[in-house]
Amino acid sequence: MTVLGTLALWLAFLVGVWGALAGFLGGLKNRPDLAASARHAVFAMCGALLVAVAALEWALFHHDFNVEYVAAYTSRNLPVFYTWSALYAGQKGSLLFWAAVLTIFGSLALVLTPRRHRVFFPYVAAVVSLVASFFVSVMLFAANPFARLPYTPLDGSGLNPQLQNPGMVFHPPMLYLGYISITIPYAFAMAALLSKRLDADWLVAIRKWTLLSWLFLSIGICLGMWWAYVELGWGGYWAWDPVENASLLPWLTMTAFLHSVMIQEKRGMLKKWNLALIIGSWLLSIFGTFITRSGVISSVHSFTQSNVGYFFLFFLVAAATASFALYAARLPLLGAEATLESMVSREASFLFNNLLLVGIAFSVLWGTLFPILSELVQGTKVTVGPPFFNQVNIPLGLALLALTGVGPLIAWRRASLPNLRRQFAVPAAAGGFTFLVLAVAGMRDFYALMAIGLGAFVLATVVQEFARGTRARHRQYGEPYALALGRLLARNRRRYGGYIVHTGIVILFIAFAGMAFKTETEVTLRPGESASIRSPYGWTYTLTHLGISQYDALNRQVTAATLEVRRNGRRLGILTTEKRQHVDALGRPTFQPSTEVGIRSDLREDLYVVLGGVVNGTEQAVFRFTINPLVWWVWYGGMVLALGGLIVMWPGGGPPAVKRTQAGYAVRLVGDAR
Amino acid sequence: MRGRRSDAGPTRREALVVAAAWLVGLGARRAPQQPDTLAGGGPAGRLWDPARAGQPLAPVTARDNDAAIQAIEKQIRCTCGCNLDVYTCRTTDFTCTTSPAMHRRVLALAAAGKSGPEIVEAFVRENGVAVLMAPPKRGFNLAGYFVPSLAILVAGAVLALVLRRWTRASAAAAAAPAADAAAGPAATPEELERLRRELDRLSV
Repeated sequence: MTVLGTLALWLAFLVGVWGALAGFLGGLKNRPDLAASARHAVFAMCGALLVAVAALEWALFHHDFNVEYVAAYTSRNLPVFYTWSALYAGQKGSLLFWAAVLTIFGSLALVLTPRRHRVFFPYVAAVVSLVASFFVSVMLFAANPFARLPYTPLDGSGLNPQLQNPGMVFHPPMLYLGYISITIPYAFAMAALLSKRLDADWLVAIRKWTLLSWLFLSIGICLGMWWAYVELGWGGYWAWDPVENASLLPWLTMTAFLHSVMIQEKRGMLKKWNLALIIGSWLLSIFGTFITRSGVISSVHSFTQSNVGYFFLFFLVAAATASFALYAARLPLLGAEATLESMVSREASFLFNNLLLVGIAFSVLWGTLFPILSELVQGTKVTVGPPFFNQVNIPLGLALLALTGVGPLIAWRRASLPNLRRQFAVPAAAGGFTFLVLAVAGMRDFYALMAIGLGAFVLATVVQEFARGTRARHRQYGEPYALALGRLLARNRRRYGGYIVHTGIVILFIAFAGMAFKTETEVTLRPGESASIRSPYGWTYTLTHLGISQYDALNRQVTAATLEVRRNGRRLGILTTEKRQHVDALGRPTFQPSTEVGIRSDLREDLYVVLGGVVNGTEQAVFRFTINPLVWWVWYGGMVLALGGLIVMWPGGGPPAVKRTQAGYAVRLVGDAR
Repeated sequence: MRGRRSDAGPTRREALVVAAAWLVGLGARRAPQQPDTLAGGGPAGRLWDPARAGQPLAPVTARDNDAAIQAIEKQIRCTCGCNLDVYTCRTTDFTCTTSPAMHRRVLALAAAGKSGPEIVEAFVRENGVAVLMAPPKRGFNLAGYFVPSLAILVAGAVLALVLRRWTRASAAAAAAPAADAAAGPAATPEELERLRRELDRLSV
């Protein structure tokens, strides 16, 4: 099967190269036969790569430890669930996953996109083929997942225990899907540039894809935070790690695009900016893949340790040069169809929102790359950790939160003073009142106060928008309020789904603010002994060590400590935290013992218990107790965000007239306009 | 087939012997374990296999929970390669031997009467500036802190200027047709405001 896999990779590579050539030539020379061939090449490539995926999964499930990848990431006693996910647990497998999913998305884009956009198809097929061919070439020449060992080990090394978590089964594919699906909007953007059809047509074609990318990235990032929180045991969910930052960068620029594209759709403005955002988002997704694979962030010198890094650097530079050269060549065709009428307008507020989103992306990128820059300029390595990122980004994030509320309150084109007064009165009062109440109640953390106060302001804008819309429908159509609310949402999913996304963002910011009140302590307890920790809400948790048990599970030896939890003397239940020594099928330890956290969660706070280890081989154990306020709201906020995203991208959602208005000038070509 | 299985399988006597031996072995292995002592402390029972619980740890002391010590350790990066600060690493990665050693060094320096900044400085002297979780605010590092904010401020100012130019151009363009249309029926400011409000409402 591995021979079949390698052959499938070669086939995919050759077909991909042909597809790229045929697509570009077919589009430029207006040759339908070549265009059709490029389209078919994407389908063929997809088929070949799915065969390669099947071959690797076959090797994984059949424990073919002669295959280096299988031996490195699985063992005989690895649960089936994680054997499947080993496909993308390592670099080589994840490259295959990337390429295969890209060709699936490419095929779907070519099949599902309405025929009226067919002028873009050859270029889209060419770009998808080219990008997928790059990934396949990296596998063939530097990181072949089917490479064999000179010997066959009795058992594999097994999967890293930290990856043996349900969050890790879903989190990486979600992020990959987000990264990969950005290629489709990018391909359409390139197609628009190459075909010189730079009206809103290509935007209409990619609307669902941009939302899909954004949604996958959002879910992937939230799942990653959840995994880090429950699995890594450090008591937090975001550490500004380069890998985390790499996922945040395209999310920020895609969020900026989703806002600014509305201006292009409604007013025919910001064409240059929107194209730049799509190209930038895609380059950032490749950049994220590059920095997480090359080791370039740890040190400038570690860059030489990975051949894959050179491949990605070359591709990134070549793609950026080609994309922006083409972009520059088409700038004269990207003139705006309208001009801004007032500084106090929704267009202007969206532009400032874009400025902040892109500014935060730049700030994160700058911080991520600063160690390299410092080493190059000063010859000194520096560490850029959470203190740096928090200091630089928290104020920017708060400003963005404020604009999240301001944007929807300002009218399109021009807002008058009475209009502003009417729109801002209630939300500003709600925000100010919340801020004052919390300050009087004794909250002294400035950033937390600002986050909650601004959160109340944004939430009030959302409630106000829903209330006004519902009331308007009630008056106009005589619908009962509940029906009016439902129809309001159903008839304008984009706008009101967007408000639900804003609600999710507010919940996330308030939840982040909760971490300012995190408390923790380390204790050593013998069985029967208790320790107390005081919550920021004022109550006292008492944890009593009940004892330690040791037992064998499927692929691990477990040492479990059990604690009884009481709050203000009232028994809440039992909490268990574990040390796990993973072993292979022969009983040999495969990794260092890992920690399983015990978490008791409610709406107000999490009690987070970690078994550090034992003293002198006895049941006397070292624990870390942490109280993390409002953590549950991070997951809830993520769910609301995803729900809002789903509502926005759900098919339908408005009378055709609205769609026609939104598409507006979509049918007008640049040539016609001149 | 049935006969062969019967020949190949253990007899009842053999099975009993194996079971007895297993129980004896289990008893022998469990012999050192002491019964748990609940409520009131006392010696804790030994674990069956302590190695499974990771590295042996020393009991936590009051100094380990000292907020000042923790604040110092949160400024210093563990040099094991984990990218965590010393405090987070020693209370998270219990397999790391570097962060406990760095923690002991912090405690020793504090016991020697060194202040927080002096302890941090001692680590920088020994390990270089990369041992700090954030670059010190001096020299080129200032660029690290201020370039993003400055860039956003400059871009914001440029954006404001560009928007102003656009709005002025738009106003000038609108003025000409407005003059032409002056002969027609003009709307009062109140009517325009009402129209704007209605358009706002309809865009809902």
